[in-house]
Amino acid sequence: MGSTTVRTNASGWRGVDTIQLALGLLAVAAMTISMWAALYYAPAASNLAGDEQIAQRIFYIHMGCNIGALAGFLMSVIGSIVYLVKRDLDWDRVSQASIEVGLICGMGTILTGMFWAKPTWNTYWTWDPRLTTSAITVLVYLAYLLFRNGIEDRRTRARFGSIYAVVAFLSVPLTFYSARLFRSIHPVVYGAENVDAQGGFSVGATMTQALNINMIAFCVLFSALLVLRWRQLRNEDAIAELREELE
Amino acid sequence: MNEEAVQANVQTMRLDLAAEPVTMQRGGGSLTYLRKIGAVFVKDVRAEWRGREIFSTMTAFSVLAVLVFGMAFDLRVPRSEMIAPGVLWVVVLFAGVLGLNRSFGAEVDRGTLASLLLAPVDRSAIYFGKMLANLFFTLATTLVILVVMFFIFDLNMFHPYNLLAVLLGVIGYVGVGTLFAALTANSRARETMLPILLLPVMAPVFVAGVGLTAGVVDGKQFSDLRQWLVILAAFDAIFIVVAYLLFDLIWEDA
Repeated sequence: MGSTTVRTNASGWRGVDTIQLALGLLAVAAMTISMWAALYYAPAASNLAGDEQIAQRIFYIHMGCNIGALAGFLMSVIGSIVYLVKRDLDWDRVSQASIEVGLICGMGTILTGMFWAKPTWNTYWTWDPRLTTSAITVLVYLAYLLFRNGIEDRRTRARFGSIYAVVAFLSVPLTFYSARLFRSIHPVVYGAENVDAQGGFSVGATMTQALNINMIAFCVLFSALLVLRWRQLRNEDAIAELREELE
Repeated sequence: MNEEAVQANVQTMRLDLAAEPVTMQRGGGSLTYLRKIGAVFVKDVRAEWRGREIFSTMTAFSVLAVLVFGMAFDLRVPRSEMIAPGVLWVVVLFAGVLGLNRSFGAEVDRGTLASLLLAPVDRSAIYFGKMLANLFFTLATTLVILVVMFFIFDLNMFHPYNLLAVLLGVIGYVGVGTLFAALTANSRARETMLPILLLPVMAPVFVAGVGLTAGVVDGKQFSDLRQWLVILAAFDAIFIVVAYLLFDLIWEDA
């Protein structure tokens, strides 16, 4: 299957490496531009002041990370389903790599959100549906990585990981839906109904541009990391296979 | 008996041997399928009746957990209604993990998993049989939890809507739990891996269950509670179908 094609044992520089390098450099450039757009190009929010004014700039990075996490978890379920149908280990590697990159982006989303929330909401954490769902999702995919590491056989690992990734992905929308209902009728938090809207600001034309730049930049970063990790996992499997042959 | 007759006999015997496992595994219609599920269920209950390792552990743990929660919150929470819904669902989820771990773990430890898989039934029949057995043990434990909470927290949670929510919630829980128990049965850190996999996926059941029980305790109308029941029912339907589809893939190399 897929893993046998890796074993050409080619040494030296190859065409794929050039693409990889170009993608990496593109990602570095994109991140530089995105930081410039978020910190300088985007205007200040007109209705905010003080710490909130400084903190709102993290929003651009927050959204970028969020896109990365979303892309990663979507890719993972696609990779898992295709693996279960086609049994090509390359797709399992897509699934694992996208979960790993998506997890980093997801943690970035939560962390940037927390730094923003402290000056704006005066708390790092609240059980808002979005926060609840993001935390649960990160935990689900952390469990995926832990689970995979505990399985010795390569094919079993791929199969079980894919089964879990499919089930886990399906639970995420239900988690969001139930968490939203939970907030809307829970008596204790009823007074703080509009917590989601606190610290919000209207987005002008330049802000939209900065936001778009950031989202595209994070997509480029995501693809660069995904391809890098995917190739790494491929090489890992190839080495493991060669080692098995030697023994 | 002459030579030809013997030959013919052998021929039919061969045909029988070749044909029988297939017809036993797949054929027989839905009634036979239900009988196979029942056989797996009865086997699990009988093993439990003789060994008494699952239900007793789950009940002992849940009584202990309710007492610990009661003591821990006693000084800080003025009314037990405030924490009772959360305590109920946390204890059900944690106690359920103990039973689910044994569901396939005991088969692995006793070396009977291979014979169970060799049984001439569809793999999904094993899944549903195991699921029913886990449902039975977990519901029995939940009943004990409700009785203990009735005395410890002085709170009657035997409300029909709450019982319905517990039933729906536990069905969804063991539906996913049985699949994950089968996934983790052969892994090195089985006991620790199952809760890590299962509990985050159970978030909708937990949230909806706590929401509904809190509504019942607060004396809400059915129209306010219906949405929680819808979530629980949707969870059950989605995940039992998904688990049914995926369960066949677990032991395909065994």
